[in-house]
Amino acid sequence: MSPLTGVPAQKTPVWRNVRVLRWVFQIVVLAVVVGIIYWLYNNYQVNVSRSKIPTDYRFLDNPTNFTIPGNDLDQSQPVRDAFVQGFYNTLRVSIVGIILAIILGTIIGMARLSKNFLVRTVAGAYVELIRNLPLLVLLTFMNLAVVLQTFPRIEDAWEPLDLFVISNRGIAIPWFDGSSTVLGLSLLAAIVVGWLVAKWRTAYSDRTGKPSQALAWAVGVVVVVAVVVWVAFGYNWTLPEVDDRGTVGGLRLDPSFFALLVTLVIYTSSHIAEIVRGSILSVPRGQGEAADAIALTHSQKMRLVILPQAFRVAMPAIGNQSLNLIKNSSLGAAISYFELTQIAQITVGNGSPAVPAFTLTLLVYLSISLVTSLLINIVNRRLALVER
Amino acid sequence: MTTWIRRNLFRTWWDGVLTVVFGALSIWVLWSLVEFVLITGRWEIIEVNLKLLLVGRFPAEQLWLVNASVMAIAFWLTAALGGKQAPDAPVRSPLAKFGGFVQRFGLVIALGILLVVLAGTQSSLAVAGGVVAALLAGRGLNIARRRVKGLTRIPGVIWQILVLSPAVALIALTLMNADLELWGGFLINFYIAIISIVLCFPLGVLLALGRKSTLPIVRLISTTYIELIRGAPLFVLLLLSGVALEFFVPPDIAPGSVFRAVTVFTLFTAAYLAEIVRGGLQSIPKGQLEAGKAIGLSTWKITFLITLPQALRNVIPAQIGQFISLFKDTTLAGAALSIVEVLKVSEAITKQDDFLGKGYIYESLAFVSLLFWVGSYVMSRESQRLEKRLGVGQR
Repeated sequence: MSPLTGVPAQKTPVWRNVRVLRWVFQIVVLAVVVGIIYWLYNNYQVNVSRSKIPTDYRFLDNPTNFTIPGNDLDQSQPVRDAFVQGFYNTLRVSIVGIILAIILGTIIGMARLSKNFLVRTVAGAYVELIRNLPLLVLLTFMNLAVVLQTFPRIEDAWEPLDLFVISNRGIAIPWFDGSSTVLGLSLLAAIVVGWLVAKWRTAYSDRTGKPSQALAWAVGVVVVVAVVVWVAFGYNWTLPEVDDRGTVGGLRLDPSFFALLVTLVIYTSSHIAEIVRGSILSVPRGQGEAADAIALTHSQKMRLVILPQAFRVAMPAIGNQSLNLIKNSSLGAAISYFELTQIAQITVGNGSPAVPAFTLTLLVYLSISLVTSLLINIVNRRLALVER
Repeated sequence: MTTWIRRNLFRTWWDGVLTVVFGALSIWVLWSLVEFVLITGRWEIIEVNLKLLLVGRFPAEQLWLVNASVMAIAFWLTAALGGKQAPDAPVRSPLAKFGGFVQRFGLVIALGILLVVLAGTQSSLAVAGGVVAALLAGRGLNIARRRVKGLTRIPGVIWQILVLSPAVALIALTLMNADLELWGGFLINFYIAIISIVLCFPLGVLLALGRKSTLPIVRLISTTYIELIRGAPLFVLLLLSGVALEFFVPPDIAPGSVFRAVTVFTLFTAAYLAEIVRGGLQSIPKGQLEAGKAIGLSTWKITFLITLPQALRNVIPAQIGQFISLFKDTTLAGAALSIVEVLKVSEAITKQDDFLGKGYIYESLAFVSLLFWVGSYVMSRESQRLEKRLGVGQR
């Protein structure tokens, strides 16, 4: 075999050649998987042709035959439009939910590490209570027990501070009066100016060594610019008021939207709180001690030393929780919130073919997930430590 | 005492404000809770419907099978799991031991007593007695296993199979005897979770090995499956199986709703389990694999005798976590597939003639929450204990 022994080198037989074996094994696996998929596909074809169910996507052009509350979608509009509206509703509850859940989760996570015994215990009890309950139980509780049963009828609605109207027909909050395009544009302008100011403050701080206060400046500028632009356009804001059987003015949130949003925020924040707590604990002790040694105040220590490092650790996990929240928003279908899943369920009930409709729904969720993980990856790369 | 109060409650003026606010809040919450449980709660709805909530419309003459299965599971728990003390555990007084015991299992015992009191029948008392007897018998056998000479010689694997076999046999017997569509209540939640986790295990491990494999096609297939499933919401998959599973099986099979639920939970959990096992595989030091190669083991033997066993042991806590979340997710089966699981029952009983329109939803949901909360909380705490004992990340 080798030149040392003088035995002539033998060729490895084919059935023991690792390279051959690897490929044979892979081809067998592939054949099995393809076989299973073919079997499923074949069953599908047989069953579909037997019961004469369409398999294409032409159902998207059929009329919807249902209406979406809080939306002027007409019954004769195609199913396609209903799906688009459902997609918007999913995004609406998800985006608002993610923002609120991250804020609440961070506060509770920090509260769990508070030096105050009561704050620590209350936060801990909150997390342990929520994390160990099924999401659907929380959602049912919020929907049936809190919103539909405990909230008063519209005739005797609660109106705290005269700013909100709370009844079992939904929550109405003060909102801007005017077109959403102008609102969006003025917000955009404000954010751009705020970002520029933040950059200027950072550069100023780098040059002079004085504290930059970039965040405070930026927030202040954003608020001022937004208000100025808003007033310059001559717009106003409105307060909701009870009017006969409903509310006028302000922004009305459907009871199901409110229940879903609150439940998702409560549930996800309890998970984010644990992540935040873990990542704060993962910051080396020496960092906090060093901050104490140079006499930073507690708030400076948290803001400038601990939290930036903690969030670097927490970011991937928080991103995961955001994805979970988006996927969990499909539970809205269980309480008739008209998001994507509910739309799919209703159109299937109205006679659209089930497999194409749900495949479309799954694909939409999949693309939302992919886009979100892409965003998370970009943020992660910006945050990640550049190590040698 | 005063120092403790000053340090922990009134360190600064801001701390004082927080203490007052949170103190008032927690007193109010606690008081409302006590008031609800003892005074305003109308628990007769639970008493009347306890059987529906726990086992649904399960035929009464076969209920002994369920009771016996519960006892067999209890027996298995103490016989297989209760181990000896960690060698470095400090010697504790009997009182401290008792305190620790109450801390670990007090909630479960309290829940059991509560159920017996709510049922208020002699048969429920008999079942409770049976469970306690099974637990004690298992514990006794566990101690005997470590002390009696003949028993210590039995290999661990065979021992585990021996003590588990009564439970498996009884569960299988129950599955064969009772029509699955009649099952309901908390029973179906529990059994769907158990059956799915057992079924998803082989698939999950295979997917994890596939994803870690050096074979490109195998890796591609595993990764695609895992990522597709993880990108999809469970609820949509359940709805899809509810209306479309019959299209993908031969026409002569008519899948029942429990079958649909178990299929989806199995396929879904397998993807998540695969990621957990993959984490375990990545935590195995490379030296283990190299050592296996050095003594000339084949790839199969290295995987199944060296890396996989260690990987699985390292991720036991994460697997328990996955089981808990599966256990909680079984409530979705009710909403998506109209299986009469406990959450569905709890909504339905508020619509009975005696209780309709009187706002009993608080009481019935509180009971369901209690069942899930105690189950998940005790399991997650036990898994934290296990994590410490296994010394994950410290070896």
